Amino acid sequence: MQQISRKKAGARGFRQIFAAPIILGLLSLVGLVAALIGDGPFDAASWLMLGLPTGLIVWYASRR
Amino acid sequence: MMTQKSIKTWYLVHKWTSLVCTVFLLLLCITGLPLIFMEELEDLTGLHPVVQEMAPETPMTSLDNVLASALKAHPGEVPQFMSFDDEGQPIVYVGTGVTPLSQGKDSHFTAYDARTAEMLPMKPFDGSLMSYFYRLHVDLFADLPGTLFLGAMGLLFVAALVSGVVVYAPFMRKLDFGTVRKDKNRRVKWLDMHNMIGVITLGWVLVVGATGVVNTLARPILMLWQYGQLAEMVQPYKDKPALEKFSSIQEAYDVAVKAAPHMKPTFIAFPETAFSSKHHYAVFMAGNTPLTSKLLTPALVDAETGQLTEMRPMPWYVSTLFLSQPLHFGDYGGTPLKIIWALLDLATIAVLGSGLYLWFGRRRSSLKARLDELESGAAAPASL
Repeated sequence: MQQISRKKAGARGFRQIFAAPIILGLLSLVGLVAALIGDGPFDAASWLMLGLPTGLIVWYASRR
Repeated sequence: MMTQKSIKTWYLVHKWTSLVCTVFLLLLCITGLPLIFMEELEDLTGLHPVVQEMAPETPMTSLDNVLASALKAHPGEVPQFMSFDDEGQPIVYVGTGVTPLSQGKDSHFTAYDARTAEMLPMKPFDGSLMSYFYRLHVDLFADLPGTLFLGAMGLLFVAALVSGVVVYAPFMRKLDFGTVRKDKNRRVKWLDMHNMIGVITLGWVLVVGATGVVNTLARPILMLWQYGQLAEMVQPYKDKPALEKFSSIQEAYDVAVKAAPHMKPTFIAFPETAFSSKHHYAVFMAGNTPLTSKLLTPALVDAETGQLTEMRPMPWYVSTLFLSQPLHFGDYGGTPLKIIWALLDLATIAVLGSGLYLWFGRRRSSLKARLDELESGAAAPASL
């Protein structure tokens, strides 16, 4: 199924290339704003959302 | 999808904007790292004064007593400003100078216990190790021109980020998100790392980069306010003679608090200084939420009669500056946010460093070879 929907075999379209970056970018922005809006749970939310990119880097860099 | 020609253009934009700004961005990232923990490091190195433990209900002394202490300690000087501790300690800081506008050697910045008005020992910031990191980060020891130059480098950096995202698309056509090929060669591995770390940190880096650029415009922005809104508010006082004697500073503080009970003063500019008029105390009030605590509102108190003249929110361009500060410093979400800030800063150093390495390894090869590498996702064995 996936293969058929692609124009060229193995080539990815805009959506496939940018889905993850866009989601991560939006989460980062929400995280940046969250800690500005409030304390406590808002701070914790920002730690989670901005901590996610750092965790992902370690995961992708260390996986075999 | 993009044409060959547009890919080439964007590639060249990415290359040249990056090349010009990378060395400065590396400097900013490295010097910025200790600055994230400025508060903690100041506590540790004695740059932040320490107050004596007293019963928690010990009342504060009048600010007029604090001012008297400061003026006694600096004979022949006049008060410039008074500010209150941002860590919530009972400390009042007083700036004095030979004239209201004196700076550098002709001025002093000292700390006082808010309960006793006694001067507190404080190591000077100028000359401390921290001040070198600070100046390298803020103005390269070149004052306003240095700051504006760094702002221009920041703009180039934002252009490098945007063009980097554009060339990310053709590169990733045959690769899954986050792919790091370690089985090929070092160049392919670092090309993948550059793309992976760059795209994952993009949101944070764009915000910290763009707010950094806004912060380099702090002086021009505040001047715009001084000559615009501030001048307008004090227009009726323009031709009044300079005051011989100022009304009570404690009264001015109280008048401002009464006018905005949900806010608290963080900074008071004395008459004739840059942030006030010849005739006023400007009491800068901060709100009580993380957001509004960054948006200061000046209450102008007549320094002759002690009455409130006006209190007006800052115009949008000053509010933009005030909001850009926490978003650049990362000091608004506790220690965990500072640690995340430091980790993302290190990740940015990795992107800058790997970008430099990638350019260095390929600087003698043809443009075509480099575009092929981009479009094939470096699938072909990259030969040097």
